Amino acid sequence: MLGNLFAGFYQFADVFAFLVLSAAGLAIIFGMMGVINMAHGEFVMCGVYVTAASYHAGLPLPLAQACGTAVAFLIGMVLEAVVIRPLYTRPLDSLLVTWGLSLVVTQGTLVLVGSTFPGIGTPLGGFRVGDYTFSAYRMVLFAAAIGVLGFVWFLFLRTRFGIQARAVMQNPGMAQALGVRRNRVYALSFGVGAGLAGFCGALYAPTMSLIPTMGSSFIVESFVTVVVGGSSVLLGTAPAAVALAVIRTGLNAWYGQIIGQIGLLVAVILIIRVLPDGFTGWLTRRTA
Amino acid sequence: MNRRDLLLGTAGASLAAALPRTGQAAGPPIKIGLLEDISGDLASIGLPKLHGTQMAVDEVNATGGILGRKLELIHLDPQGDNARYQEFTRRLLQRDKVDVLIGGITSASREAVRPIVGRQNAFYIYTNQYEGGVCDANMLSVGAVPEQQLSTLLPWMVERFGKRVYTVAADYNFGHLSSAWGKSIMKPLGVEFVGEEFIPLGVSQFAQTIQNIQRAKPDWLYMLDVGAAQSSFYEQKNAAGVRLPMASPVKIMLGFEHKRFPAGVMKDMYAAANWFEELDTPEAKAFVARWRAKYPDEVYINDMGYNAWVAIMLYKQLAEKAKSTKLADLRGAMADGTLGVDAPEGRIVIDPKSQHCSHRMRLISVDGENKIKIEKDFGDIQPFWLGQVGCNLLQSNPREQYTPDNLPRR
Repeated sequence: MLGNLFAGFYQFADVFAFLVLSAAGLAIIFGMMGVINMAHGEFVMCGVYVTAASYHAGLPLPLAQACGTAVAFLIGMVLEAVVIRPLYTRPLDSLLVTWGLSLVVTQGTLVLVGSTFPGIGTPLGGFRVGDYTFSAYRMVLFAAAIGVLGFVWFLFLRTRFGIQARAVMQNPGMAQALGVRRNRVYALSFGVGAGLAGFCGALYAPTMSLIPTMGSSFIVESFVTVVVGGSSVLLGTAPAAVALAVIRTGLNAWYGQIIGQIGLLVAVILIIRVLPDGFTGWLTRRTA
Repeated sequence: MNRRDLLLGTAGASLAAALPRTGQAAGPPIKIGLLEDISGDLASIGLPKLHGTQMAVDEVNATGGILGRKLELIHLDPQGDNARYQEFTRRLLQRDKVDVLIGGITSASREAVRPIVGRQNAFYIYTNQYEGGVCDANMLSVGAVPEQQLSTLLPWMVERFGKRVYTVAADYNFGHLSSAWGKSIMKPLGVEFVGEEFIPLGVSQFAQTIQNIQRAKPDWLYMLDVGAAQSSFYEQKNAAGVRLPMASPVKIMLGFEHKRFPAGVMKDMYAAANWFEELDTPEAKAFVARWRAKYPDEVYINDMGYNAWVAIMLYKQLAEKAKSTKLADLRGAMADGTLGVDAPEGRIVIDPKSQHCSHRMRLISVDGENKIKIEKDFGDIQPFWLGQVGCNLLQSNPREQYTPDNLPRR
């Protein structure tokens, strides 16, 4: 009995962690900044590859994961300044540019690193509850997902940078007039989004097969979660991840992975139909 | 003339002297159209196929070509996209007018290409192991089929590990058909299928599947997953502490997971293979040495890459016996059922009724240190199934794919 209850929670936690971690970076870049970042999967892949390379170079895994996150953060900052910044008023062009970037990065990785990369191996082993054994690392992923939500809450609601960032997103001209350095805020926000994507990759690096196109396995879930969530990470992405994880876990358990995936997408269509601004719009209206 | 030119000159002269006198440039080059993915999701297994074909073309050209004509290789990269497979097939057949079309990785890509080949009445060689059953006079299949890979492996698994089987399969034609094959082979052995799951391509998270397996308590797993995303299953299963023997027709010799994953992840995976790089016959070792000299960075010489090499060698035998590159003449050359090549695995012979090849099959396993062990040598296995159910290309050309659930009408 306990085993089955825990198994249910574990399945939910696993899907929830995947949705939150893969969507958090995109929620900031796409949800808050309004840039449709088609290269999101490649930031994830960057986190994976840097983590794996640092690990194979001899760093302990947590440090290697920090490297993966940091590199994605820095690359995000640079890209924002060089490529994204001129395109804030041209959302369709930024879509095209980031899509082009993703193609260049995928092919570049294929050419430079090769079509495969040696894996790491999942740390921490397994544990047993009732009839089932589970991977302990999956619980770390769940904790990390909660941690990411906490980090985003703290960064955007409890720091000076957060206030400036929200001001810039709402009204860049006014914020600048009040002395906020707009470009720095944009660069940092984009960097944080890219860094969170890299963090997602760093966390999943030990659990997956590494190939240059692996970023695409995060793309559907991340966009779906952000679209259902709306523009806010805390009022949008988090509740969206809970709702979608419940739907997917239930369907996976009772009808298998195919129905789980179909059900997830049908649920998304229905939710967007009923809540055009996602969970953010709905929750904001109720609390306002 | 400097020293380098002199050296090259002498080398060329001695090479020319060593060549058989087949006449110089007895005609325009023979064009070989090749469709292999070297980018996209399947790049890792597609690249050895390109290398195998290139190596074979170079080797054939170095010994005078075919019928005194050089081979010219035209390779296009469809990037795993079936629409591109069709577009490039038309381009190679209609614009480049290739003499033979080779390639394709997934069964979906093969089925996308085959109708176009049929309409053009061209000659197409498919070099992968696959779920079998294609009865099409325009196609020669070089890879192993279920009677070679599954009729050998699965009964052995049942005897060794038990009768409770759990199937995890990719949700497209290869997965469904191979799963049906598993049932038709194992049901008569009294096997109980305690679970069967079809996974959409591209899915990379398997916590639910792993839990379902634990609940069903199988003796072993029949694995038909496809692609890098799905192969994350093994790492995740291992991390969750599930240790079960596994059997698959597409792991190890094809996907070389034992070269990519940390030690222990693929432990107790069993497969039946006509080729794997660790094969230790003198012929196989010489083949590997030639390959590694040419492509030192190859992660693994997989069975598809090796089959791609075999395909060119078979084509050479066919064209030279037929003294032509026309489809009807080539088929005439294989009609008596003796044509074949002495390949590194052993002798490979074309069965004219089904246009599939015999193979020397060996059962291999992976240990906890990612080392390969040969468990059993099955000897030469004929591709008998199509002939048994009534496919005879010497009499008719249905251009169909038959399965255990879709047999030809007698």
